[in-house]
Amino acid sequence: MPKPANLSAKKPVGAQPENPAQLIVDGAVVENEWNLLPLGSDEEISARSLAPGKVILPLSVWLALREDLQGRKDEIGVWLDSDETADLIGEYAAELPLIAANFPAFTDGRGFTAARLLRQRYGFKGELRAVGNFIRDQLTYLKRCGFNSFAFQGEQPLQGLLASMQDFTDSYQTAVDQPLPIYRRRALA
Amino acid sequence: MYRYDEQDHKLIRERVAQFRGQTERYLAGELSEEEFLPLRLQNGLYVQRLAPMLRIAVPYGLMNSTQVRRLAHITRKYDKGYAHFTTRQNVQLNWPNLEDVPDILAELAEVEMHAVQTSGNCIRNTTTDQFAGVARDELVDPRPYCELIRQWSTFHPEFAFLPRKFKIAVCGAEEDRAAIRAHDIGVQIVKNDQGETGFQVFVGGGLGRTPIIGVAIRDFLPETHLLSYLEAIVRVYNQLGRRDNKFKARIKILVKAMGAEEFARRVEAEWEQIKDGAEQLTPEAIEWSKRFFPEPAYKTFSEGHGEAVLRDRAGEDKAFARWLERNTFPHRVDGYQAVTLSTKPTGIPPGDVTDRQLEAIAELADKYSFGEVRVTHEQNVVLADVEQEQLFDLWQEARKHGFATPNIGTLTDMICCPGGDYCSLANAKSIPVAEAIQRKFDDLDYLYDLGDLDLNISGCMNACGHHHIGHIGILGVDKKGEEFYQVQLGGSANEKASLGKVLGPSFSRDEMPETIGKILDVFVENRQPEEFFIDTYNRIGLQPFKERVYAKAS
Repeated sequence: MPKPANLSAKKPVGAQPENPAQLIVDGAVVENEWNLLPLGSDEEISARSLAPGKVILPLSVWLALREDLQGRKDEIGVWLDSDETADLIGEYAAELPLIAANFPAFTDGRGFTAARLLRQRYGFKGELRAVGNFIRDQLTYLKRCGFNSFAFQGEQPLQGLLASMQDFTDSYQTAVDQPLPIYRRRALA
Repeated sequence: MYRYDEQDHKLIRERVAQFRGQTERYLAGELSEEEFLPLRLQNGLYVQRLAPMLRIAVPYGLMNSTQVRRLAHITRKYDKGYAHFTTRQNVQLNWPNLEDVPDILAELAEVEMHAVQTSGNCIRNTTTDQFAGVARDELVDPRPYCELIRQWSTFHPEFAFLPRKFKIAVCGAEEDRAAIRAHDIGVQIVKNDQGETGFQVFVGGGLGRTPIIGVAIRDFLPETHLLSYLEAIVRVYNQLGRRDNKFKARIKILVKAMGAEEFARRVEAEWEQIKDGAEQLTPEAIEWSKRFFPEPAYKTFSEGHGEAVLRDRAGEDKAFARWLERNTFPHRVDGYQAVTLSTKPTGIPPGDVTDRQLEAIAELADKYSFGEVRVTHEQNVVLADVEQEQLFDLWQEARKHGFATPNIGTLTDMICCPGGDYCSLANAKSIPVAEAIQRKFDDLDYLYDLGDLDLNISGCMNACGHHHIGHIGILGVDKKGEEFYQVQLGGSANEKASLGKVLGPSFSRDEMPETIGKILDVFVENRQPEEFFIDTYNRIGLQPFKERVYAKAS
């Protein structure tokens, strides 16, 4: 009998990401089809009790239920808190349809590294979603690190934020969006 | 020096446009104070005690005369007609209006300058030896590597929101003139037994309230892997550095907590994953970067010719001889010498220059040094390539503009932060202390007799004045609302880097010149012939200084 996972976190719970109705995916404003389960409730959850539909589980819950949820692979995503590193998902990333990284504060930059590693080291091809308190001024950096999905907190006129995706149209260093650093592009030209 | 191409111009223009938008949103109330803060810091803008402060980037301290003239123009148009050279080889303006900053950045962009990442929790301006490319003890010119690091770290999407600020310094010479062991990462260029260029990598140095000397985590990193190795270090730090307490967020705390060996192991493991990736420095890339730092069109002089001319001049003119002795530096090319323009005459805050002086610097650079100038981390300015035959003319002109105080490397060539006069972080003023010490020790013969001596002053424990690594360090402290000064002895910033030790209870500002006098007396009485202060200190220790300074009047 598989053990149920407990949503209440062992560690102190920081700012939990919201799950807005609309978000930006691949440069367009779209309806959110996913339900993100935050940490911090006392609710016990098992593969059987999990509501149907697309759901984004906290890492700890996903790790506990992963085996039991094999049958629903296409509708189970996972979110990393900022102190959870990408290697905790590791090679499993390649099979996931969605991974989210939480920014409890926009100044907490750990999610940038998590994103790059998921994309470049662990072969993640699905939707990489920024959740939490990031800001529009970070959009180009987030995009460069591999995020293609942006779930802004609170009421935001998303259409008006799209322009910030183009704050920088070129870059010096390599990242997920750019295979070659500028010096190699220049020196080889 | 490095010249922008269309891609650089575009990136910097996009940055100016982005910041203009951010400033407008802030002024319109659409961007909160909290959100604007890190954005403006990454564009060099502080909000200080009296006015905003704008810190302009000078990559590895190198500028051309056009850029210096533009700085002069900017200080006149947007500020109060002067600027300040900093220990990160940058330039600061003390009185700009917030509303004008986007325009200032636009004006800077026109001359290939910016204020990117001069503050904030990101990778800051990379610094190096001010004598890079001309020093006789240099193994390899560090500037091409500094430029590659600059490009790699500029707008780095992964590392713009680190736990804390992050500073890198590179040294290509035997003597460390870039204080690399006092940096988050220090890069020492080395050659291996096969004559191949590589890097010894130091990590976890830094000043502030927990000063630590960096430790070497790798003795030979092949040239090709420089950027991937830096990336591995910063990536480990970004993931594991503390974010719960800003005073424990620097990489030095992580390295100390984890142990240098374990930290190095993690860096190596991360690096193994990326070392053969696209960030590798191909020979073509290195060659490309080196092309920006060609040897200037030196004339050919016969060996010893210039020196003979100088000897004659110096024999006739004692003041010139003094200046030659203290303010010039040997050059690897026959017939040339490097010149340090002192920004430290008595009564001027160290590092401060007026708009007219900036223009004079540009003119001197054009006339005598291929149009290039360098900012030193000791807050002076260097003209690196001056013909020995022209030194006398240069000296006379430099004197007219107040740059020829012959005190480089002496007690009065002090590093000093802006302190409580300007900085909202400071616990005490530092500029008046510097001035009082300069006034007391204005006898040049005495200063020369003392020899090389680093005196560093910080107005608070953030240590912008590098007091921990001064042979004599002064730290401003606050005691129940009153300003006091703590003295430290025995710090040094070079390849034998060490941290100063606190002498004892602190002093009032009035007591400072006399206290320094007592310390110097102990040195003079105990020194062996030609010995420098730091060597005497290392030989006799703190105790004799302590006894004299705190002796009860009998």
